[in-house]
Amino acid sequence: MSGQVKFIDVEPGTELAPESYRVTRLSLVKYCGASGDFNVIHWNERIARSVGLPNVIAHGMFTMAEAGRYVTDWAGDQAGLLEFGVRFSSPVVVPDDDAGATIEISGKIEEKLDGNRVVLALTARSAESKVLTRARAVVRLP
Amino acid sequence: MAINRDYLGRTFPAADPYEVSRVKIGDFADAIGDPNPVFRDRATARAAGHADVIAPPTFAVVISMAAGSSAIADPGLGVNYAMVVHGEQRFEYSRPLMAGDVVTAQATITDIRDAGRNVLLTTRTEITTVDGEHVCTAHSTLVERGGAG
Repeated sequence: MSGQVKFIDVEPGTELAPESYRVTRLSLVKYCGASGDFNVIHWNERIARSVGLPNVIAHGMFTMAEAGRYVTDWAGDQAGLLEFGVRFSSPVVVPDDDAGATIEISGKIEEKLDGNRVVLALTARSAESKVLTRARAVVRLP
Repeated sequence: MAINRDYLGRTFPAADPYEVSRVKIGDFADAIGDPNPVFRDRATARAAGHADVIAPPTFAVVISMAAGSSAIADPGLGVNYAMVVHGEQRFEYSRPLMAGDVVTAQATITDIRDAGRNVLLTTRTEITTVDGEHVCTAHSTLVERGGAG
């Protein structure tokens, strides 16, 4: 955990360092249990393929959770997150192997608002596909 | 089977209050692979200004989805769950959820619309403590693929 980012030190247009997050079949099983979302497309390859998906896919909320982690790790504080929204544009396909899939997240300072608020625009990719679009977080900084 | 448009605007009664536990927060943080001790260790959380361990921001979906699932599972709504993927999600926070919180979640179906062959179903869920303090509002759009058939 780095120290907390200060509002005065933030400039619009600044690109934030990207991070990579791993997601395996085990991650999805754990996420099913922790979230209570047992939709079969997140753990049953046979049914996932039968409904036209390329394979088992990650919960969209798993990807959003990693994006949230990216934001709060950058801000150095959890309580400053005021708004957080994403659109799930493409699934994160998780093969049945030890490597799983990788979600790469990057961010940019889009705007500074009154009340020490900062708008972050986020990008998330997996296997060359944009898996999130319109991903934004509004964070209050000290 | 098509989605029943009569459900637009319907608010579902809040389920029994949900008690946020440290164990459940820890399990969730483990599942998303976030090692931050503020989700697990009370002393760390207190040093960061919280009364107890707090939950990762998207933990709110555990509560909002439980409320929304009563709507989605309603046979009268007519959703084929195997064809459902998550389209959009947005949260507005007053503060993080915290161990010891006892909250209720009330879901309202705010939009049902076709998008090509799919149907988009949007719900808004208000998460408030049993004492009436707003914690989070969750907006969720589910996509039923082929639902507009």
